[in-house]
Amino acid sequence: MLGSALIVFRETLEAALLIGILAAASRGLSGRNLWLSIGIAIGLAGALVVAGLTGYIAEMAEGTGQELFNAAVLGAAVVMLGWHNIWMARHGRQMAAQAKSVGLEVQSGRREMSALAALIALAVLREGSETVLFLYGLAMDDRSGALSMLSGGMFGLLGGIAVGSMLYAGLVRIPVRHFFTVTGALILFLAAGMAAQMARFLVQGDVIQFLNAPLWDTSSVLPMDSFLGNLLHLFAGYDARPSGIQLLFYTLTLGAILFGMSRNRAPSLRTT
Amino acid sequence: MKHVLLALSLLPALVLAIEGDYSLTIRNHQFVPDQLVVPAGKKIKLVISNADSTPEEFESYTLNREKVIPGNSKASVYLGPLKPGKYEFIGEFHEATARGVIEAQ
Repeated sequence: MLGSALIVFRETLEAALLIGILAAASRGLSGRNLWLSIGIAIGLAGALVVAGLTGYIAEMAEGTGQELFNAAVLGAAVVMLGWHNIWMARHGRQMAAQAKSVGLEVQSGRREMSALAALIALAVLREGSETVLFLYGLAMDDRSGALSMLSGGMFGLLGGIAVGSMLYAGLVRIPVRHFFTVTGALILFLAAGMAAQMARFLVQGDVIQFLNAPLWDTSSVLPMDSFLGNLLHLFAGYDARPSGIQLLFYTLTLGAILFGMSRNRAPSLRTT
Repeated sequence: MKHVLLALSLLPALVLAIEGDYSLTIRNHQFVPDQLVVPAGKKIKLVISNADSTPEEFESYTLNREKVIPGNSKASVYLGPLKPGKYEFIGEFHEATARGVIEAQ
């Protein structure tokens, strides 16, 4: 039971943390809870569909369909996270100023919120489909104990949700002055980490055939399965044996988003 | 024509760049075989067949790979080029029994 709780917890964590960060980053936008719920609901429905199609997806592209699918979902998420951060660079201070009042006018918030909902849907879909598959496998297993394993899975899911909520609760306590700097930095590194994961899937699926050897190995210093290694992997894309292409995707994403943010930093705010 | 012939003569070399396929089977939540020797310094294609009815996730931190394989189906993972050494892998969904090692020589 503990084993299945841990597995589901690990699978859920990435999506839960992303939701926690995005929910915090979008506070003050009107209709936020509705949009977040829509994103989660679509993601869950999508996870069920993807889990049902896994056999089909896996056999596409000579057995590497799953890599292509994961890379595509991650790529879309990276683009949307980047766009979110660039949008925030323009509107963040305005939102911070209004955070205590009624919230940003719906007009400028709607497009942003629907993008956020799509982003959350993607995260839930990717992580959720693996969880669904795992739980489905448990339910199918006719060995006794499937029920205890399933309830373990539910505990794992609740654990993931709890950590996401705690992150949210912690983030919204950050003083408004620094708030958008912190969420912006979190999202920036999250996006870069996802881009690196995308590169890894493309190498694993043999789409990218160069720069695929590990550059260094820090697994003896900070193993991936240690608590800190895991934490850094989730938040900043830490990899003990990154390939050159992973590093390239990571730094290019980091650079592109930072560039977009600096270009879009609202200059008019100083005069208002 | 000369160029075409030259290109054609290079084809086998290109195909050889990927060493032949290596395969693993998952049965009763165990890898068969649980030890696999592969050449170092070359890219290889590992075909994993899941003979169980339940899905499994092939995962290896040392190989930097993870992949879900649905029940009763197979999937491929490209590995390497690997440095000589031992690389452990697990089936994440049944970690207690599904364990194995790939050795690159």
